Amino acid sequence: MIKREKRRYLALKVETEQPVSEQEVLETVQESVLRLFGEYGASKANIKLIKYIPEINQFVFRCSHIMLDNIRAAITSTIMLNRKNVSFHVLNVSGTLKGLSKKKKT
Amino acid sequence: MKQFADLYLRVPINNLPQAEKMISKALELGYRIVAIPFPSDTHREKIKEIKKICKDSGLDFATRVNLSPRNANELLHNLRKFRRKFEIVTVRCLTKDIARHAAKDRRVDLLQFSVTNMRQRFFDEQEAQLASQALSSLEIELSPLLQLTRFSRVRLLSILRKEAATAERVKVPIILSSGATDTQLMRGPYDFASLSTLFDLPLASAYRALSENPALIVERNREKLNSDFIAPGIRITGRKICD
Repeated sequence: MIKREKRRYLALKVETEQPVSEQEVLETVQESVLRLFGEYGASKANIKLIKYIPEINQFVFRCSHIMLDNIRAAITSTIMLNRKNVSFHVLNVSGTLKGLSKKKKT
Repeated sequence: MKQFADLYLRVPINNLPQAEKMISKALELGYRIVAIPFPSDTHREKIKEIKKICKDSGLDFATRVNLSPRNANELLHNLRKFRRKFEIVTVRCLTKDIARHAAKDRRVDLLQFSVTNMRQRFFDEQEAQLASQALSSLEIELSPLLQLTRFSRVRLLSILRKEAATAERVKVPIILSSGATDTQLMRGPYDFASLSTLFDLPLASAYRALSENPALIVERNREKLNSDFIAPGIRITGRKICD
């Protein structure tokens, strides 16, 4: 029987002086993963943007659980987004979207 | 619950609004202890001002001095002069001779090496042996990992991997600190711990390097700077005033 791949959901907060678009953030995170871990690492990470909440400038990403720390490191190491100063902070990590929203409330 | 500490928050001490911003950001990110470096000739008033900001925000504040001596004599002179004035003493080792002297001196808390010139990183097996006997710790500054790009970052990661492995093997405590000069370079402790996996530091050790190890240094030095302190394990518990 094929084992189902475990996933992790990450809630990110983006701090920037100018507003950034959903697409820009996704591209920056993907680029950062690619730069740090290469194509092989990026393929294992299986990173995907799930949700964007523009009111609070928060993003929810999904990645493979074995690459969680690597993805977190890649996200943390990002300081520029299209020549704009930016800093990413991981707010919460959970195995399910429901768990993530519960953690957010607490 | 872990109490995280950032022992190297480079707050601009002459720009109080910016300092306040950085201190409140540290609290927001989940730190409970911050150490702020001051020039060795700073007035007590300036330190009091920063201490007040930290106290008002609910952060535990520790004073820190960074020494960059040119030779061993200067190191000893500076240690004699500043050890009792600051809670944390860091030595930036510019030569191998200074690195060896600093590692075996019990008055030195943290050993710091250059992040740009890899020839000035002298943390090898012998240095680690000396440091472990004198209770000095290896400080790893994490903001250069955010700022450097391409091969300079690759070189830094490569040398940090060797140093972290040596420190773990010889049981030299590692301290992970931000070295942030503005809020953009500040990250939460869990983010820094995951960043340290880039140089193969296990997560458990990274959490220790961000919480227990720095807290232990601050606690030990506060005890030593207390007027009741005599020697490790011996202190005055009460005084009798005789006429």
